[in-house]
Formats: sequence, structure tokens, C-alpha cells
Amino acid sequence: MKDLVKKKHLFNSEWFIEKTLLFAGVSSVLIIALIFVFLFKEAILFFQTRPPFDLIGITVFDSWEEKNIFKMMWQAVNETPKYSLIPLVCGSFLVAFPATVMASVFGIGAAIYLSEIAPNKVRETLKPSLELLASIPSVVVGFFMLAVIATIVQNITGSKFRLNAFVGALGVALVTFPIIVSISEDALRAVPKELRDASYALGASKWQTIWNTVLPAGVSGISAAVILGFGRALGETMIVVMATGNAALVTGDIFSSVRTMTATIAAELGAVAQGSEHYYALFLVGAVLFTITFILNLCSEIVINRMRQNLRM
Amino acid sequence: MKLKIIAVLALVVMIASPSAFAERNITVKGSDTLVVLGQRWAEEYMKQNPEVSIQVTGGGSGTGIAALINGTTDVANASRGIKGKEITKAKKNGYYPEEFKVAMDSLAVVLHKDNPIDSLSMKELMGIYTGRINNWKEVGGEDKPILRYCREANSGTYVFFNETVLKKQDYAADCQTVPGTSAVANAVSKDTAGIGYGGVAYFLTQSNTKVVAVSKTQETEAVSPVKSNGKVDYEAATSGKYPIARYLFMYTALKPKGEINEYLQWILSPDGQKIVEMVGYVPLTS
Repeated sequence: MKDLVKKKHLFNSEWFIEKTLLFAGVSSVLIIALIFVFLFKEAILFFQTRPPFDLIGITVFDSWEEKNIFKMMWQAVNETPKYSLIPLVCGSFLVAFPATVMASVFGIGAAIYLSEIAPNKVRETLKPSLELLASIPSVVVGFFMLAVIATIVQNITGSKFRLNAFVGALGVALVTFPIIVSISEDALRAVPKELRDASYALGASKWQTIWNTVLPAGVSGISAAVILGFGRALGETMIVVMATGNAALVTGDIFSSVRTMTATIAAELGAVAQGSEHYYALFLVGAVLFTITFILNLCSEIVINRMRQNLRM
Repeated sequence: MKLKIIAVLALVVMIASPSAFAERNITVKGSDTLVVLGQRWAEEYMKQNPEVSIQVTGGGSGTGIAALINGTTDVANASRGIKGKEITKAKKNGYYPEEFKVAMDSLAVVLHKDNPIDSLSMKELMGIYTGRINNWKEVGGEDKPILRYCREANSGTYVFFNETVLKKQDYAADCQTVPGTSAVANAVSKDTAGIGYGGVAYFLTQSNTKVVAVSKTQETEAVSPVKSNGKVDYEAATSGKYPIARYLFMYTALKPKGEINEYLQWILSPDGQKIVEMVGYVPLTS
């Protein structure tokens, strides 16, 4: 009898633990859904007072030129507030894209070295140091870029703006680099040893094996790493607030000062009255950013899944 | 075990005690221009009235007024007047903001100290900040592109400058926004082609920037907000000879009562205004 009670008790606690773990498991889905709903619910209210086209640009009377001018500007605090997303999207991509390119070139190189070439001992010191790089707080990276690198870059390039998209991209590359390395390295290591052995058996050299066998097999994993890195670069905030100069320009010049979507939200959300047009506009910027990074992450997830299936063979 | 309990109790008392003694709390939030002055006021007032505790934080005038409207601060500092829209919003939340003019401030326009230009007219300033004048040689300087530094949109200085100098036109898109007047000073001190603006007090002690004189029109004489001895020129600000001078405000959500009222009255008294002078702003009594 006593035994039975104990068993029942055990059963109860097991049930409890199981449910707790289930909750922990689905919580991420729940949180994403909640954020999605909240973000879009607030963002949609922007259209109560503004037509969607205002997100591209707005035609306003210019008192100096004395005529109507179409302006693509983000100037939310003004006589006629302007909420064009073009300069912000432009800024975000002008930082994130070069950052991802830089981080990818070095990151994939480092991943190939770590998984294929490096002797065990070297890898044992390199891997932890890469993880250390990932642990540098982005505000420290931003400060370093602002105080040290910006001046060096300006001295070398002679750029007009001391703080510009390129300086920001360098900083962002520094934080995306570890992500790209670690995911690409995992992808390369997942390539079955049989493939390499087969390549060697056919008389291929080490480099030929890497280039013709390992890389093609791991390419989807590497592209997933790059996509994830790009998402991270788009979402980076502190570094771009500090190092890009924050001028909301519509430009393709990498040495120009830019303002990203993240920096705009960070700098302005603390200052708006809840429920104002500006407040909803910032949520809209957040919703756009979230949608972009969500799609990017989804893509990388799909790519990784495909790779897993291909490698199962 | 007993020791542990005592230790915990001691910790609790330690954490709780400051708030237990200073029961009367005032939170002040807003204008970065007013942060230093606000903190000086608070320090001095708390010294005289130890039972009152005052927290002063910055963030910008817009931030302060937004906090007032949202009911998260007792007093909002602002370097611009409250806007009609903001009053409407406050009323919706059941607040009727009360305005106090607490000091005056000249808004200085600053350049790098190596820039040969010493004075600018209001029209030239407007041209520079709206993006119509893009090279220093157009206003009599060197052949160098102009780099504009600007405050964040939540700052009262941004709004005041926009209304007074730009006549509500748009800032040039390539204005680089920097957080706070000290960041403006910092940016301009590193940039020989830079121009910035901010409360004059911040630039008095800067060695790499210089404050330029501003004239109302091309023909009239340019007036500097700073006297030749390096002190703020009160007369230029109060008489309106210097064209970019403004009042600094404090707002309460409702008619102030109790300790908040006492604090505001003290700020307006000669004692409080003496501190205005010490920090480098223009006292109202002058």
C-alpha cells in the first residue's frame, strides 16, 4: 500500500516535470508569437493617421525653393513629420551588407582552417579565443570603433565623415564573425569522413579535397551561416548607434554617415509619448526589421534542414 | 544559522534605510541642457533639506515631457516650451501641465578652433543647417565641406534651433545626430570642418572649440553669447541682442503642492538663481 502511494506520487511529479519541460519547449514559439502580435498591433495604428505611401516619401512645400518637393526623409520631430523608411533601410543594409561580406570572407576561411587544416592543438586554442571574441559586449566594440578605429579609417581614406557606414560595418563584422565561423565549422565537420577518404583514394591533394569535395558538401550549411550572420548584422544596435554618425541619408556611399533602423528605434523610442504617431512609426520600423530578420532566419533554417537531408544519403 | 539571519537583516536595513529617512521623493527628468544645473540645484537643496530626496535624469526635453504625460516623473525639465499637442495628450491623461521659467540660456554655435570664421548671420546658419550652404568658402572660410552636427530629435535644443534658426524647415539630411551637448562639443573638437550647437555653458571650458558671434541680419553687428573674459554675457541674452537665447523650463503635471512646490519656489529664489549663475546659464534676476 505504501509502495503504491509512493509510485503515484512519483507519477505525479513526473507529470509535473514533463509539463514544465513542455512549457519550456514551446515558450519560444509563444514568445515569438506574442512579440509578433504586439509589434504589428501597434505598428498598424500608424496607418490611422498616415497613408502607407508616406513610408516612401512625402511631398511638402519648401519655403526656400518656394515649390513642392518630394522628400524621402526621416524627420519625425518637425512641422510636418516625415516618416520615410527609405533612408533607414538604406542605412541598415549599407552597414549590414559590407559587414556580412567581410565577416564571411574571414569567417569561412577561418572555418575551413579550423575544421580541415588546423592541427588539434591549434584548434584547441583558436576555438575558445573565437568564443571570447563573441563575448565582447557590443557597446565596447562600438566605443572602440568610435574612439580609435574611426580616426584611423578617416586618416587612411580621407573620408568626409569621421563616423560612417564603413566604420560601423567593421564593428558589426567583428560581432558577426564568430557566428559565421562557428556555424560554418559545424557544417564542414558534418561532412562525412567517407567523402574525404574517397577523394583522397582518387589521388586528390588536400586542397583539391577541400575545394572539390568538402566545400560543395557543406555549402548549404555555410550559406545558412552567412544568412544568419546577415540577420545578426541587421539587428545590431549599439555599435551602429555609436559608430555610424546617425545621419539619415539616402545614399549608396559606404563612407557616408548613415542611420540604421535599429539606431532610430534605440535613439527615439525613449522620447516619444505613448500613442503618438511617432511612437507607432517606431513600432512600424521595428515590425519591418523583425519581418526581414524573421525571413532571413527562416531561410537559413530551411537551408540547414536541406543540408541535413542531403548528407544523410 | 543565527548569524545568517542577522546578516540578512542587516542587509535589509542597509538597503531600506536611505529611503526610510528621506521619505519625500521628487523625480526630475528631461532636458540634457538642464541636467547639470538640475543636479546642482538638487544637491544644494538636499543639503539644506535632508528629508527630501531628488533624482535628476536627462534624456531630452521630449523624453521629460513624455514622462510627465505618462505620469512617470514629478517634474519635467525642458529647454523648449511645451507644445499644444503635448498639452492635449496630457489632458487626456488627466494632467494640466504647469509651466515655470527657471533660467535663460544662450544657444551657442560652435566651430573647431582652427576654423578661421568668427561670426555667422542667422541666414547663413539657416543655409548651413538646411543644406543649402555646403562649403565653408561660401561663408568666407576655407574650401572645405561643412559637416553638420545636430542633437537627437528628442532634445529641446533640436526643436528650439529648428524653430528659431531654421524657421521650421527641415534639417539637412546629412546632419549627424549626436546624443547630448557634450557629444556635440566632443565631435566638433575632433572635426576641423564641423559645426554644432548647444547650451553655451557646455562650451566655456572646451579648449578645441570656439563659440561664434551671431548677427540677426547680414548688416547688423554680430553678437557673441560669451564676454571677452570668457564668462556668459547675461545682457546679450536678456536684452535679445543675441538672437538665439531661450528660456529653460520646468513643468509639473498639476499645480505643484507640498515639497515639489517648495523646491520650485526655492529654485526661483535668489539662492536658486545664484546656482544658475555658477553653472554658466543666465539667471532670471539679471
